[in-house]
Amino acid sequence: MLELSHVHKVYRVGAFGGGRLRAVRDVSLTVEPGEVVSLIGESGSGKSTLGKMVLGLSRPTGGTITFDGTDITTIRGHAARKEYYRRVQGVFQDPFSCFNPIFKADRVFEMIRTSYFPGVSDADWRDRVLAALATVRLDPGNVLGKYPHQLSGGQLQRVLIARALLLDIKLLVADEIISMLDASTRIDVLNLLSDLKERGLGILFVTHDLSLGNYVSDKSVILRKGAVAEMGPTLRVFENPLHPYSRHLLSCVPQLHRTWAEVDAELAANPPEDVVLPVAADEESAPLLEVEEGHFVGIDQG
Amino acid sequence: MTNVAGAPGAQPAAEPAAPRKGSETLHYARRNPKLLIGLGIVLAFLLLGLIGPLFVDHGPNEYVGPQSQPPSGEFWLGTTSFGQDIWAQFVFGVRTTFLIGVFGGGVAFVIGTAVGFIAGYKGGIVDEILNMLTNVVLVLPAMVVLIVAIAYLDARGVFVQGLFIGLTSWPWAARAVRSQALSLATRDYVDLARLSGRRTGKIITTEIAPNMSSYLVMSFILLFGGAILIAAGLDFIGLGPSDGVSLGLMLESAVAWSALQFGMWWWFVPPGLGITVIVSSLYILNVGLDEIFNPKLREL
Repeated sequence: MLELSHVHKVYRVGAFGGGRLRAVRDVSLTVEPGEVVSLIGESGSGKSTLGKMVLGLSRPTGGTITFDGTDITTIRGHAARKEYYRRVQGVFQDPFSCFNPIFKADRVFEMIRTSYFPGVSDADWRDRVLAALATVRLDPGNVLGKYPHQLSGGQLQRVLIARALLLDIKLLVADEIISMLDASTRIDVLNLLSDLKERGLGILFVTHDLSLGNYVSDKSVILRKGAVAEMGPTLRVFENPLHPYSRHLLSCVPQLHRTWAEVDAELAANPPEDVVLPVAADEESAPLLEVEEGHFVGIDQG
Repeated sequence: MTNVAGAPGAQPAAEPAAPRKGSETLHYARRNPKLLIGLGIVLAFLLLGLIGPLFVDHGPNEYVGPQSQPPSGEFWLGTTSFGQDIWAQFVFGVRTTFLIGVFGGGVAFVIGTAVGFIAGYKGGIVDEILNMLTNVVLVLPAMVVLIVAIAYLDARGVFVQGLFIGLTSWPWAARAVRSQALSLATRDYVDLARLSGRRTGKIITTEIAPNMSSYLVMSFILLFGGAILIAAGLDFIGLGPSDGVSLGLMLESAVAWSALQFGMWWWFVPPGLGITVIVSSLYILNVGLDEIFNPKLREL
C-alpha cells in the first residue's frame, strides 16, 4: 500500500545554505493494510521527518514515496492533494499544539466536514461524529463544545484520532502520539491502535520508545542517523537484534527486576555473535543486508 | 473515560469560558487610562471631522469675513489674512486628515499584511523574493520618492496622495507580520489544517491571522498615524491635495502668508495642535491596547 523507496531528505543549513544536513538517508520500507510499522529511533534519527514526508508536509530530496501505485511527490494541485488526504491522515505528537487555541476543539471535525462532506446534513454529520467519538471511547458530552485548554492531553489526542476516522482512511501516520500522554491513558490509545489495525488500517507508528514499538507493531524499523539500522518483524528484531546499535538500544531498556550491573554482567558473559554489516559505497547510500527472511540489517555508522 | 457511545444529552452546557474571556479583555480595557484617553480623543476628533462640516454653510476656502480677525463669537477660530473662516478650514481639515489616515494606512496595511503573510507562510524562494522587495522599499528614501512622484502629478487628490503614502510605507508592517507568521506557520494546527484539505489562503485567514489579531490592529493604528504625519509633511511643502483643505495645507498657507511674523496664532496653532493631538493620542491608544492584549504589561 505505502512504499518508500530509497528516500532521502537533505536540509541546507548555515548562513548561505552551504552546509548539508542529512536527515533521512536511503530509507526503503513498506506498510501493508492492517499492518502496524514502528519507526523507532532516538532524537534526530529522522523518524518524524519520514512521517512528515509521507504526509506530504515535507518534500523528499530523493527517492519515491508510493501510495497505492501513485508517487505522492508528483501530486500537483489542491484537488489531488485533498484526495490524498482523504485516504492518508496523521496524528501529531503534541495534542495541545494541534488545536488553534482561540477556537473550540470540535472545530477540527467541522474542518473535515466543510472540506470533504459539504453535502452531508447536520443530523447525519452529528451521527458520524458521535460514531467516531465512540470508536475512540470518548464521551461526546465531555469534549464537544469545549475549548482545547479545557480538555486533557489524552482527550485531545483521541479527538484528533476521531477526526482522522471521519475520513475513510487507509493509512494513519501516528507521530509520537503516546509520548505526551500519562500512563493510564497511554494504554487506551495503544489499544485503540490495535482496534484500527483490526479494521484493516495501515499504521506508521513513529516512536522513540522501544517497549511501545514492541507492544503494537508487526514490523519494526530501527533508525539511526537517518538510515535504517535494522528492519524486520517485530518479534525477530526484539528477540534477535543483529545490529550493534539495536543491541545497545535494547540493553538500555530498564528492567524491573534487575540492576544495570546484572544486565551488563550477563551481556559480557554471553556476547552475541557479530554479524557482518553491509558497507556503504558512498555518503549517500545505505544498503541493507537480509540476514533472515524479512529481517534486514543496515550499515554501521560508528 | 467512560464508554458512553453516542449518548444523548451531549448538547454542551452553557459555555462558561467564552463570555469570561471576552469580558476579561473588556475588564482591563475599561480600567486602562491610556486606552480610554487615547480612544476618547481620537473619537472626539473623528466626530468633529464627520459632523463639524455639516454645520458650516460655506466652503472652507471661501472669503466670507473680515481679514485677519482673532477668534470671536462669529468666527470661532478667527479668519485668515484673506478673510477665510479658520474654523471651517479646521473641521474640513480634520475630515481630510482622517480620510488620508484610513486610506493611506489602509493601503499600506493591505499590502504589508499580504506580503508578510505570504512570505512568512510560504517560506523558501517566495520568502526570499518578497523579503528582498520589502528591503528594497524599506531603504528607499520614501519622502524623496513621494515628493518626486507627487510633484509629477497634475491633479492631486486626497486618494492619490493616500495611495502613494500607502505604497511607500508598508515595508515595516510586512516585516513585522512576516516574523509573526513565520512562527505561527510551524504550529501543528497549521499542518492539521493542511491535512484537512484547506487551501493556503484559507489557512492564513482562518488559522494564522486570528491568532495575531491584536498585532494586526496595532499595526493598522501605527500605519494610520504614520500616514497622517507623512501627509502633513507633504502638504506643508506644498504637495498636498490641490483641490481641498487639510491641516497640513493650513500650516503651509499660514507660513506662506507670514502668520507667525504677524502674530496670527489662531491661524497656525489649531492645525499644528490638531495633527499633534490626533497622532499622539493614536500612539497612546496603541500603548493602551498593547497593555490590554499583553498580560505582562498590565498595570494591576
